[in-house]
Amino acid sequence: MAAEPQTIRELSRALKARQTTAEAVVDGCLQRIAERNPTLNAFITVFGDDAREQAHDADREIAAGRHRGPLHGVPISLKDLFDVRGAVTTAASRVRQSHVADRDATAVAMLRQAGAVIVGKTNLHEFALGTTNEESAFGPARHPLDPSRSPGGSSGGSAAAVADGMCFASIGSDTGGSIRIPAAACGLVGLKPTYGELPTDGVVPLSPTLDHIGPICRSVEDAAIIYDTLRGDRRFLDVARGGHADAAHDSRPLRLAIPRHYFLSTLDAQVAAGFETACERLRESGATLTDVSVPHAGDIAAIYLHIVLSEAAAYHATSLERRPEDYTPNVRLRLEMGRYILGEDYARALRGRELIRREIDAALEGVDGLFLPALAIPAPKIGVPTVRIGGADEPVRNIMLRCTQAFNVSGHPAVALPCGATTEALPIGAQIVGPYGDTTGLLRVAAAVEAAFTAPVAASETYRGPGRSR
Amino acid sequence: MTVKAWLEMAIHDAERRGLPELKPLLEALAKATSALRTAEWNADATGESASDADPGSRIPGPGPEYGR
Repeated sequence: MAAEPQTIRELSRALKARQTTAEAVVDGCLQRIAERNPTLNAFITVFGDDAREQAHDADREIAAGRHRGPLHGVPISLKDLFDVRGAVTTAASRVRQSHVADRDATAVAMLRQAGAVIVGKTNLHEFALGTTNEESAFGPARHPLDPSRSPGGSSGGSAAAVADGMCFASIGSDTGGSIRIPAAACGLVGLKPTYGELPTDGVVPLSPTLDHIGPICRSVEDAAIIYDTLRGDRRFLDVARGGHADAAHDSRPLRLAIPRHYFLSTLDAQVAAGFETACERLRESGATLTDVSVPHAGDIAAIYLHIVLSEAAAYHATSLERRPEDYTPNVRLRLEMGRYILGEDYARALRGRELIRREIDAALEGVDGLFLPALAIPAPKIGVPTVRIGGADEPVRNIMLRCTQAFNVSGHPAVALPCGATTEALPIGAQIVGPYGDTTGLLRVAAAVEAAFTAPVAASETYRGPGRSR
Repeated sequence: MTVKAWLEMAIHDAERRGLPELKPLLEALAKATSALRTAEWNADATGESASDADPGSRIPGPGPEYGR
């Protein structure tokens, strides 16, 4: 008997071959949600009847020989920032409790066109302004492996849902790391494409010049399938005709650069060890790893802060005046902080952004990608404001953004993928950053890295591939 | 406006608005703003580097990070 499909690719093949049905798979996901959501709080809204109806339609079309592609009949969730016609887009906030979307977000419409089954909308840090998912009008989302821990954020419900088998992928948003952080915390793949590539209309903004959308899923190939679907590109889509020829990295050994200064200077000891083990695996596979510098990396946090808070404050100013009590207290305060930033300092941050973009471009010269951790710590305990690293207490929020926010500032594409686990079996995530505008190339490199990580290893090693952590 | 003057004004305004709990956040933001203003890559009308031009912008303290 064949193993149950773990990835979109595997499920798509099974659906097309009529080895299973979309109705059966969606029923399984809805059952999993019913069993586990009371613990994990991953979903805010579940579209049970609608999802069953979509699955029924998908089965009927596939049986009639009209297979739309690799997402046809595949259960997918959406971070509850995405508009779905007729449903409330809560953004995990009481501020939005009466908002009902009158149309689908463009990304949602594209998923529907591809035949995906939308099973529900997932929990998040309120208005995506946080990295732990603790501050939500619906309560915190929780980590599938340890519910006393955060699944990361802000797309925490999305990652918990995918990691726990409630759906095969989720579409999140990423303004400072909100796709890659929860993906890393939960042992999944998370893609933030190049800035501006995927449509954000119909998605509640946080900071429009930093906001990206992208998938959280169980393999790089699945990320490529969703990326190309949302881009309207068919390069990766024809799974049934023998897989992703275009997805393969060429036979030349990978050349990766590690930006050690700043990005690797403040890591949890187990994350640091896991990352170095991953580097060794890559070297064993023939990759060349060199060190590289982003000279002004130390300025990234200040640049990011002035951009994200200014832009978020502009969006929220009216609601902050009219209904401040409807925000969670700390999100309200962070938004209020943004209202005090002066225009001249926002302008300085924009100048700094250009510098960082040029320095990351320079760091990428002559290599296939940057290679660094995606998250400096394992999934943190809920309610714990600081973590101890190298003898110092570091604020959880700052440390969780440290490895990711640079690439929102610069707009370069970046993907998180699992590279190991701690002694408590908590996932450790690596991150690869590609040249600006070449998300497809980044995905090829990531596929090669994933292959190196999932190659047979000695029994003592702890890595479990994406989708195999349950 | 220097960062120091800005911080005093912001804290005063936050207290006037009934948000005294903003003070530590504004102080953290001030450190980030100070770091931004004194970064060597800033342009200045005199042609000097920003770190030389506005010593009043500097607020001492630990790193400027205050993430979202």
